[in-house]
Amino acid sequence: MRYSDGFRQPAAAEALVRMLHERMAVARSRRGAIAVMEVCGTHTMAVGRHGLRRRLPEGLRLISGPGCPVCVTDAGYIQTAIELAESGLGIATFGDLLQVPTAGGDSLAACRARGGRVQVCYSPLDALRAAAAEPGREWVLLAIGFETTIAPVLATLQRAHDAGLGGLSALVAFKRVLPAMEAVLADGRTAIDGFLCPPHVSTVIGAAAYRTIAERHGRPCVVAGFEPLDILAALVALVELVAEGRAEVRNEYARVVKEEGNPRAQRLIEEWLEPCAARWRGLGELPNSGYRLREDRARYDAERRYGVTVRTGRDAPGCRCGDVIAGRMDPPQCPLFRRMCTPDSPVGPCMVSSEGSCAAWFKYERAEAAAPG
Amino acid sequence: MCLGVPMRLLEIGEDGHAVAESDGLRLDVDVSLIEDPRPGDHVIVHAGFAIERLDAHEAEARLAMFDRLAQIAAEGTATGPV
Repeated sequence: MRYSDGFRQPAAAEALVRMLHERMAVARSRRGAIAVMEVCGTHTMAVGRHGLRRRLPEGLRLISGPGCPVCVTDAGYIQTAIELAESGLGIATFGDLLQVPTAGGDSLAACRARGGRVQVCYSPLDALRAAAAEPGREWVLLAIGFETTIAPVLATLQRAHDAGLGGLSALVAFKRVLPAMEAVLADGRTAIDGFLCPPHVSTVIGAAAYRTIAERHGRPCVVAGFEPLDILAALVALVELVAEGRAEVRNEYARVVKEEGNPRAQRLIEEWLEPCAARWRGLGELPNSGYRLREDRARYDAERRYGVTVRTGRDAPGCRCGDVIAGRMDPPQCPLFRRMCTPDSPVGPCMVSSEGSCAAWFKYERAEAAAPG
Repeated sequence: MCLGVPMRLLEIGEDGHAVAESDGLRLDVDVSLIEDPRPGDHVIVHAGFAIERLDAHEAEARLAMFDRLAQIAAEGTATGPV
């Protein structure tokens, strides 16, 4: 029996679905419909893959949030990365970024086809190995992502630093999850009653980090794993908390997430980075919502090292990824969805990324989108 | 946002390097983000890094709860809070 099998038992799922319907009946009578945002794109994929959306009770709506690292990255970032590749630098990138189109229809994949030295990496350590193996060429790691990915990238730069390997730097577009959650609440165009919180970001920042969301904004937060039973159990807890008006934080992934998170990862973040404003596709510029490398680490900052600045990019004409990312619409409400925009011919990142909600809806969801919140 | 795969540590090498295994797949893993990693530990691996140790006690308690739920579902009765 595989480890995950225990977290996918159909009979237990049936019991949890029944409980969810019971809790939601109570909640509906007390306060009407409930909208829950699952912040993380991998939750959106898991909901789709396990067919959970079709089992949700009437009145409970799941909204996909700004938690897909590729999707929230500003369109101009890809353009800058292509320019760096065309200047002769090696570009090490996570696979998801390869196919993301710029407004002009270019991409890192097309750049590679034209001879650009673009290498896909599973781990940031692959970028370190590429730089060590090719001393005559300097390499830039496309450092996007949330706290989960930030720690491995910094641990890799620390290894480069300790080894005296000068040929590696990072084009940083890191994102912090809490400011994004506060931004979608402040945006106000989408009613959000509670959050299903990302398990592996929480592993780094700790479950306690969400207290600000619960206490300052009165929204319950439940940290959940990606397995179907984890998601269902977390939804039962969330509906209960919303129905009873209890703005609390619940850690339903305690087998991994600790209250205070991962101290080693947090120490690396403090040593290497400082918070800064960041541009998010769909949310615009958010203060303190990103990180940049500290002054004493500037040699690892590709922007400062090569004198480039990531300019704000334009979305492709008609692309509504921004609204999908901010939870203002479900993918089927985008006029391009399933027509011009498909996995084979993606217009925006939400269809490209393996955590993009449009990719999830295209692959798994047949139900029509709910009316906007 | 961040897929993380549960794996079991087989060997702990020098300088934060380790070998992990899951369903027969062996992988070189960096354990520098983990306090005092040991062979036999289960960890969550993201982008080649172990980002946390899995708490076996919590995992077992969780699995036991889901087993109970499965049993109850088989008996056809709903139950109290999770």
